[in-house]
Amino acid sequence: MTLKGKAFKYGDNVDTDAIIPARYLNTSDPAELAAHCMEDIDADFIGKKRTGDVIVARKNFGCGSSREHAPISIKAAGISCVIADTFARIFYRNSINTGLPIIECPAATVDIEKGDEVEVDLEAGLIRNLRSGGEFRFEPMPDFAREIIEAGGLMKYVMKQKGA
Amino acid sequence: MGMTITEKILAAHAGLDEIRPGQLINARLDLCLGNDITAPIAIKEFEKAGAQQVFDKSRVCLVPDHFAPNKDIKSAEQCAQLRRFARSQSLVNYFEVGQMGVEHALLPEKGLVLPGDCVIGADSHTCTYGALGAFSTGVGSTDLAAGMITGQAWFKVPEQMKFVYKGTPGPWVGGKDLILFTIGRIGVDGALYRSMNFSGSAITALNMDERLAMCNMAIEAGAKNGIIEPDRITLEYVSSRAARSYKVYSSDPDAVYVETFEWDITAMEPQVAFPHLPENAHPVSEARDIAIDQSFIGSCTNGRITDLRLAAKVMRGKKVAQAVRCIVIPATQAIYRQAMEEGLFEVFLDAGCAISTPTCGPCLGGHMGILAEGERCIATSNRNFVGRMGHTKSEIYLSNAAVAAASAVTGRITHPEEVLS
Repeated sequence: MTLKGKAFKYGDNVDTDAIIPARYLNTSDPAELAAHCMEDIDADFIGKKRTGDVIVARKNFGCGSSREHAPISIKAAGISCVIADTFARIFYRNSINTGLPIIECPAATVDIEKGDEVEVDLEAGLIRNLRSGGEFRFEPMPDFAREIIEAGGLMKYVMKQKGA
Repeated sequence: MGMTITEKILAAHAGLDEIRPGQLINARLDLCLGNDITAPIAIKEFEKAGAQQVFDKSRVCLVPDHFAPNKDIKSAEQCAQLRRFARSQSLVNYFEVGQMGVEHALLPEKGLVLPGDCVIGADSHTCTYGALGAFSTGVGSTDLAAGMITGQAWFKVPEQMKFVYKGTPGPWVGGKDLILFTIGRIGVDGALYRSMNFSGSAITALNMDERLAMCNMAIEAGAKNGIIEPDRITLEYVSSRAARSYKVYSSDPDAVYVETFEWDITAMEPQVAFPHLPENAHPVSEARDIAIDQSFIGSCTNGRITDLRLAAKVMRGKKVAQAVRCIVIPATQAIYRQAMEEGLFEVFLDAGCAISTPTCGPCLGGHMGILAEGERCIATSNRNFVGRMGHTKSEIYLSNAAVAAASAVTGRITHPEEVLS
């Protein structure tokens, strides 16, 4: 699967309060959550993002709370994937479980700037920055995580295991 | 090759004799936890999967604590969802308003988590229970749903880190200060995906409340879990509370650690984490004269009786500064009663504090003490991210309860000794 979109660029330690502030956690409706995605870190995000766009950040993306509302709001906002140097562990799990593609690729996050057109081939493990011409390889997800995603998320995977 | 306490607990719950970091395992769970923010999604996933029953009605615990007592209509709906699910599943451990407390203070107090347990909670601060010698970690709602159905969860065995605290903590230094100091040294991702094994004479000197505060913030260094081997203090705490058997594990002398840190903390000052990350830890003397608008004493980190006693010790006979609101939130009903019986409420009321029923409330910007633009709060909670307690242009300084109380009295960040001298 190839994803293509404009990059929204952020720094280190983008926390889950920045991704979706707790004041909106009185709902779990994806569309409502998406309407406030990244609101406290980037007021322009919601107005400017288009379906397929990518979020690019540096280390420890998604640190803080365990709220699954964070990957849910990013996915429902139409973001096709998040590229970062590293991800906080609960956010990483939650992204796999909810089917939001996440990629660890420090070389790409250095090269990609705000507004760059980015192409991502998930199977081949390749990121292309169409502005700079830079190409960056990344490790595909661990087999176990891919099995979960291929099953259609953790719940379908678990129910399949349970039934088997 | 030896194993750490974390590796031993995970191995036992995966039915394996030995495990190694990086290995993927499926572990049996002793308890699954959810709250009014995370459980609604888990319940939806549970139902969507067509599941009929939780794996064990005594091992799924739901606590409406974040936006409860209900702060608005939507929050009321979320709490109602928990209530309906708890009733329909006949959950033994659903705690209604009036019984409930901040979950990570409540569960240890009720004896629901015991040494040697393997626990997941859809709340990042589930790592708190490492203080009891349990493996416990925060997960998301979908993991909780899967756990509620199967009684199992998958884990990648974390790499092990060792932290040794030598010396004796000073009179105003506790678990909160040790963990803020540690995060200050290694950073908010310094233990990412890893286990933090805490030991040393300074840890042995901490009571359970202090140890719980310390393990509570392992997540703020990115850790999968933080853990302290059970000792006499742990066993005294759990023996009167445990309603089932438990197993005490300890790390082998030849266990393998990817990193080891050793600090002598005898001369350590109380620590204050500056905005907007818990890693911005400074000795309190470097924070003096920073004016505050609010002081919040409570949360799953520092809303326990030890914290309230410390705060009252500092505040006795004193008044909260005119420009400051001081909000005290005992973390559970039992702590609330204890504080009342010990006369701590009188101290707080005389000083001009507001005392609330248990709730997570202001810690995550929910209710009961939201900050306006430009306001500054000293808080005994665990996160000082941008906008965490309210306006994105407000600021949070994290400290222990004695420093928060002293700061409430002077109106600026203050060492407790200064108020008492």
